[in-house]
Amino acid sequence: MARSVVSGSLESSDCLITLTEAGETSVQVDTIVHEAFQRHLESLIRETLKQSGVKNIKVHCQDQGALDYTIKARLEAALARYEENDDG
Amino acid sequence: MVEKDLERLLDALPLEDGMRISFHHHLRNGDDVLNPVLKAIMDRGYKHLHLKASALFPVHKQVVKALKSGCVTDITTNYVSGPVADHLSKEGLEGSLTMQTHGGRARSIIEGGSPIDIAFIAAPAVDESYNASGVEGKNPCGSLGYAIEDAQHAAVKVLVTDTLTTIEHVQIEGRHIDHVLKVDSIGDTSGIESGTLAISSDPIKLKIAREAMRLLKALDAIQEGVSFQSGAGGVSLAVTAMFNDYLKTHGLKASFYSGGITAGHVEALEEGLVGRLYDVQCFDKRAIASLKQNEAHIPISASDYANPSNASRVIGDLDIVLLGASEVDLDFNVNVTSDSYLNLIGGSGGHSDTAEDSRLTIVVAPLIKARTPLIQDRVQTITTPGAHVDCVVSERGIAVNPARRDLIRSLEKTSLPIMSIEEMQALAHHYTKRPAAVKKGDVIGIVESRSGGRLDTIHKKVV
Repeated sequence: MARSVVSGSLESSDCLITLTEAGETSVQVDTIVHEAFQRHLESLIRETLKQSGVKNIKVHCQDQGALDYTIKARLEAALARYEENDDG
Repeated sequence: MVEKDLERLLDALPLEDGMRISFHHHLRNGDDVLNPVLKAIMDRGYKHLHLKASALFPVHKQVVKALKSGCVTDITTNYVSGPVADHLSKEGLEGSLTMQTHGGRARSIIEGGSPIDIAFIAAPAVDESYNASGVEGKNPCGSLGYAIEDAQHAAVKVLVTDTLTTIEHVQIEGRHIDHVLKVDSIGDTSGIESGTLAISSDPIKLKIAREAMRLLKALDAIQEGVSFQSGAGGVSLAVTAMFNDYLKTHGLKASFYSGGITAGHVEALEEGLVGRLYDVQCFDKRAIASLKQNEAHIPISASDYANPSNASRVIGDLDIVLLGASEVDLDFNVNVTSDSYLNLIGGSGGHSDTAEDSRLTIVVAPLIKARTPLIQDRVQTITTPGAHVDCVVSERGIAVNPARRDLIRSLEKTSLPIMSIEEMQALAHHYTKRPAAVKKGDVIGIVESRSGGRLDTIHKKVV
């Protein structure tokens, strides 16, 4: 089974990050503020992902209007868990 | 004769396609008059109705069905939330949406610019002479303020009640009324209180309330005989409590509180901190009980509350009003009609009436709400023109309208976080980043100013 971890919540101003092992890297952002911040959030997540060096992963961000530092923290926490779960 | 069957009542009414029917919203989300009446009319196949409800709440799901079926094609209202608002935002409507103010609705009904063919008036208690009371009966709603003009000026007036009794507090006089329909229940009084009641425990809202209070003190705005209006939102309720405490501590007495009345306003009256409550709408059970008991708690009609053509309107004497905002722009225009993404979320109600009339208009709102910044370059929908907005109080700063040089001067030596509206926007963007421009869909209606002009257009969402 593919490795999968989550971080965060679906409370207002928070986000829920789900990371799933995949053949290639992809980012999916579902956000309540998509009209105004969709592209910004996608590039923030791609940038944070790039800095972590983790590859071949699907990032799903369900965003309830979180600010950048919240999204980065949730994503970094999820990535750390993902790495810990590496039993290969 | 009192009719006990809705179908037989409809048989007796001059129903026709295109007619304009009205309802009031004093039972708020507990109303069970609009839905069944509209359903019965829709089931008879009438089309192109113009629905003139003073406000529409989440409970009014029948309106969505009536819009989809072509039964209702036009809506004129002062406030809309819930499924009707969502439907209008996404799908629009066949005719047009007109968003009025509480005072503007009264004015247009009285002056004849917005005629009503049949008014269906939920009335908690009705006597044998067709007099109606809002404070008696098994489902009291308090003031019937927004129904008074309908009861006096509609071509046909129907009271809908669940309690036939002798009444002591006549709010609508029977001589105006043509029909009475007795039903099992007009709704549920507890639905009046939905959403709005508790003083907030949210630290951001409490911070805003404290900052608003500091501003009032810095402006020396709370004097003997002051008049004050605040609504039922979390921040407003908190400021009302602080305002009452200030009066008590300083041995002051306010002349009146007006508008929608809550327990906090009633406490002030009963403690002798305010002379009168002018009540156009009760927001909770405490207010309803007080209206029945306290002589200085006075029900007023929408026209006596806020009609701009009525020289003796209550808010003509208002010193301070506290109002909310979903958006404010760089010209201080305020939007409470939609959010930043063109979802309809409310409407003026008395917002732009009181902003225009009050000597000091303070808007209170969080600077950031789920990433969306309060201050926008341009609001999506102008509910209240910036010329009538004096101060914007957020948890991170206070902006004063540059047109109010008198206020700016008197705040020069305070330690309050006074900033320009542009600085306030930049502060929000520091956290949220600058939002991309939101595309607007087709025009579905207008915001009407209280005097009847077109203030702004309302656009559909792009989905």
